[in-house]
Amino acid sequence: MKIGYFPGCSLHATAREFDESLRAIAPTLDLDLTEIEDWACCGATSAHATNHLLSIALPARTLALAEAQQHQQVLAPCAACYNRLATAHHQVAKDAALAQKVNKVLERPFNNTVAVRSIAQILHELIPTIKSKVKTPLKDLKVACYYGCLLVRPPHLDNSDDAEQPHSLEEIVTATGATSVNWHKRLDCCGGGFSISRTDSVIRLSRAIIDDAAAAGADAIVVGCPMCQSNLDLRQRAMKRADSPIPILYITQLVGLALALSPKNLGLNRHFINTKAVSDRKFSNDTDVAKSAAGGQS
Amino acid sequence: MTADTSTSSETSKQQARAHASIKAQLKSATGINPAQCYQCGKCTAGCLMAAEMPLKIHQILRAIQLDQIDKLLTDESIWLCLGCETCSTRCPNEVEPARIIDALREIAAQENPKELPRYINAFHQAFLKQIMRHGRIFEFGLIAAYKLKTGRLFDDVSQVPAMLTRGKLALSPRSIDGIKDIRRIFKACEDASVASDNKSDKGSGAP
Repeated sequence: MKIGYFPGCSLHATAREFDESLRAIAPTLDLDLTEIEDWACCGATSAHATNHLLSIALPARTLALAEAQQHQQVLAPCAACYNRLATAHHQVAKDAALAQKVNKVLERPFNNTVAVRSIAQILHELIPTIKSKVKTPLKDLKVACYYGCLLVRPPHLDNSDDAEQPHSLEEIVTATGATSVNWHKRLDCCGGGFSISRTDSVIRLSRAIIDDAAAAGADAIVVGCPMCQSNLDLRQRAMKRADSPIPILYITQLVGLALALSPKNLGLNRHFINTKAVSDRKFSNDTDVAKSAAGGQS
Repeated sequence: MTADTSTSSETSKQQARAHASIKAQLKSATGINPAQCYQCGKCTAGCLMAAEMPLKIHQILRAIQLDQIDKLLTDESIWLCLGCETCSTRCPNEVEPARIIDALREIAAQENPKELPRYINAFHQAFLKQIMRHGRIFEFGLIAAYKLKTGRLFDDVSQVPAMLTRGKLALSPRSIDGIKDIRRIFKACEDASVASDNKSDKGSGAP
């Protein structure tokens, strides 16, 4: 599958393990990623909180570049970037006056022909491939799938998953051989963009999420958003959870472990909460058992 | 003397606000009719920040319906919205509170810049400046600029070495090739925003 890749600012910095793990699993899954040349920041929270036109124009410029670079679809792995790009695509498509304004501001051809895809959508489509390529099924691993706020919202965006009862992450997790737990807070916001400006709120919200996942018996939480990952991973000490920490993995890292890629290639060494409890499990070392399990599974 | 002048300008500002129907401004900015909110409270029930907001989401919608612009623009409630879109997802009458709150913020930032909560405003300003300067967010620069602006110099500083050893912070910014493009887009959007605000002021009065 050929796809334009929009890493967004985080995947080049604080979330570089999301980028590393995505690039690591891509060849095995026949995912042909081409980074969009000269992409700019989507504007994130700050543009849409202060200037609506800017919040549409910044992602629209990137979509226009993708169009000029012959892409039919763009993958934005960061849930917040996905939301901004998909919102721009959606609003320009339905509002002719806005489309005109955006075109005027961009000063470049823009026909809004590029579809915007999230990491959950792309991996969900690749489930048959994932299943056929699993080398170390993550048997006995219990995972809490955390969507956060923007991976499937708002519902009017072109998202195949359900905004209130999503299932894509759970199905991807099942394809890796792991088990997804039932829990309540999988769609609750972690505090997102208030990480720097209102840390106390973030700690309150993020703690509630981790406590709930722990109560459901999860060994790890999987996410598809750099903001969620950093809020849940970085602040467990401040949440007073340091004595029973839970690793927070990107969904791409979990898939990578099942494909038997090395934890280092997946950037698992970059987390604040040690991920060895997951990556050093027996399933990741015992290749003979894993092979027969993979054979049996398909 | 000075006090008199400021009082009279304050009064005229309030009069100007009273003439500009916030309900009409929001309707033209978003295409959403706030009058459609029938106060079911589902937005507030699912709002994770409601506990910290003086005005809850449904109360914000009610204040819009009553054109209580001062009430809306003078407390921090609208700035505490996380933009998680739970309210917009669940609204049974397609009012999209999250979109309305974004538009309210835009109006508040223009009409009432001095009363924005300092920490939140400083973050947005520092964030946008990064994009204007480099086209992308240079996280180290963002954190430094935010700290200088707010004086919160040492919060979170203990995390910095750990970020560096994990290779999670770049130390120098790199601008994109099309940075001039980005600056022009910022300027054009600012101009358009002021222009549309003036237009809606003139056309307002009738809801």
